[in-house]
Amino acid sequence: MTDAALQVRGLSAGYRHRKVIQDLTLPPFRAGEVHSLVGPNGAGKSTLMRALAGLQPAAGSVTLAGRELLGLSLAEHAKQITYMPQTLPQGVALSVLESVISALHASPTGGDGVRRQGMEQRAVAVLGRVGIMHLAMDGLDQLSGGQRQLVSLAQALVREPRVLLLDEPISALDLQHQLRVMKLVHELARERGMIALVVLHDLQAAARWSDGIVMMSRGRLIASGTPVQAITPQTLAQVYGVRARIEHCSRGMLQILVDDVLQPGEAVAP
Amino acid sequence: MNENSVKGAATDGASILAAYRRLLARRVAIVAGLALLCVIAFVLDLVTGPSTLTPAQVLGGLFSPETLTPPQRAIVWQVRLPYALMAVLVGAALSLAGAEMQTILNNPLASPFTLGVSSAASFGAALAIVIGFSLPFVPADWMVPLNAFLCAFGSVLLLQMMTRRRGAGVETVVLMGIALVFAFNALVAFVQFVSSQEALQQLVFWSMGSVSRATWGNVGALAAVLLIVLPFSLHAAGRLTSLRLGEDRARSFGVDVSRLRFLALLRVSLLSATSVAFVGTIGFIGLVGPHVARLLLGEDHRFLLPASLLCGALIMSLASVASKTLVPGVLMPVGIVTAMVGVPMFLFLIFRRPERS
Repeated sequence: MTDAALQVRGLSAGYRHRKVIQDLTLPPFRAGEVHSLVGPNGAGKSTLMRALAGLQPAAGSVTLAGRELLGLSLAEHAKQITYMPQTLPQGVALSVLESVISALHASPTGGDGVRRQGMEQRAVAVLGRVGIMHLAMDGLDQLSGGQRQLVSLAQALVREPRVLLLDEPISALDLQHQLRVMKLVHELARERGMIALVVLHDLQAAARWSDGIVMMSRGRLIASGTPVQAITPQTLAQVYGVRARIEHCSRGMLQILVDDVLQPGEAVAP
Repeated sequence: MNENSVKGAATDGASILAAYRRLLARRVAIVAGLALLCVIAFVLDLVTGPSTLTPAQVLGGLFSPETLTPPQRAIVWQVRLPYALMAVLVGAALSLAGAEMQTILNNPLASPFTLGVSSAASFGAALAIVIGFSLPFVPADWMVPLNAFLCAFGSVLLLQMMTRRRGAGVETVVLMGIALVFAFNALVAFVQFVSSQEALQQLVFWSMGSVSRATWGNVGALAAVLLIVLPFSLHAAGRLTSLRLGEDRARSFGVDVSRLRFLALLRVSLLSATSVAFVGTIGFIGLVGPHVARLLLGEDHRFLLPASLLCGALIMSLASVASKTLVPGVLMPVGIVTAMVGVPMFLFLIFRRPERS
């Protein structure tokens, strides 16, 4: 499966005079896997996502299945990668279904040329998959924050990308929908051999649903690997400046218990 | 949020697709209805006027001009018809331009004149009227519109150049456009200040939009511009719709937003510069036409763009009728009347729109 992996090597991106991420090399993301990108605010997570999506200039190398993606046109990029931004604009007079169909109308997707008929059916199927079929004909402006986030996810999923980049997809969702979204992303990754890279603030969710964790701080990679390898009291202290314990519950799931903010000079036992 | 909650709406795929098809059919019907209303308003505009011609004579004269006396023929063919056509074309051009402008600037208050096109055109017209220069091979009565067009189009190219260098964010484009508006307004004021009484009067009249300057030549020119631009607008409809979902998202869907914005701005400037050159500044249409279309049809640009065009043509045609009938015997500049006709129509649509939280 290594051949279908997304590889990031020596990536730098940011503003002209201030690079937010500098010379970042990440372990390969393999097809069918879900990876979570975690780290404090301003760590460069969104910059990394936008650079991977081709939305901002970057130097270095990003390859998918051995093919260099940096420097591709947006249209070529969009056949492989879809990015879901954090927000959906307000005041747009489109229905949920229309907005999802327009994601397909925007440019050709990676798959075979889909006929218009096919596009509509594909959009409806995605709404079903995300669990918002009943909202199909509602206006975007009538939705709650959480519903908007689900619609936003549907717009990204409908393009059936090989790489799906989700920027905080569950931040506005209730407990049940958080679970449903992460489960869906996990299922789709397995089904389609899709690579999902998800920015999450909820470490518990990240630990539960990810095959791998990438922990960043100030534009640098601090830790990576399986959740157990990457999320440790030491990395949490280093990245977030908190004193935390990692426990395993009776069913083997990782539990992160944050006790306090680290005091200046306080060390965490290895 | 609960997926099991049924809101009386369809919840299985097949019935949702059916509902969507019905919606599309309804939209096609609305666009067709608007087109029909445009034709009716156009005919109404044709048969209205200060002369003693009856509607039957006017319509008869269109199909068999020999039934009219030479003066009547001149009224129908040199006045009524070009004026009415010009009203339809200007309304269509400005409203289509406004719809694209509002989308690419992501601002419902934008109009074709937001970025200084009409100010630049006024400046060009002012120069031509006051200095009265002429070019070889250009008829004298084309000098004012030509110069207005050149200035208007030149200002947009200037704007494009400036924003290209800076990396075109929407805010940059808008701010620079506003700077251009002020700069050209100041220049116009300066020209007015130094011009003679007679030229000043001509200038003020020019800047009040009026279709009474329509000739077959400029009707043809504007029609040609509209026919050339419209297919490109419709071709961009899908990408414009996706831009409404946010710039980053549209780019991630493969839309080259800077290019889309550049080409749309080029179309907007062609349409508005040509319109303003021939009939002067007619505000309101380019702002309200798209809004009316949006209230009727939503923002799927495959329908929004043609509907905006038709709404603009309709409002402008009705305004032209009103400009001839509000004060009996007086042909008011239509630029003054557009808002009087458009505002009630606009308010009606706003009030009957379903309330959104």
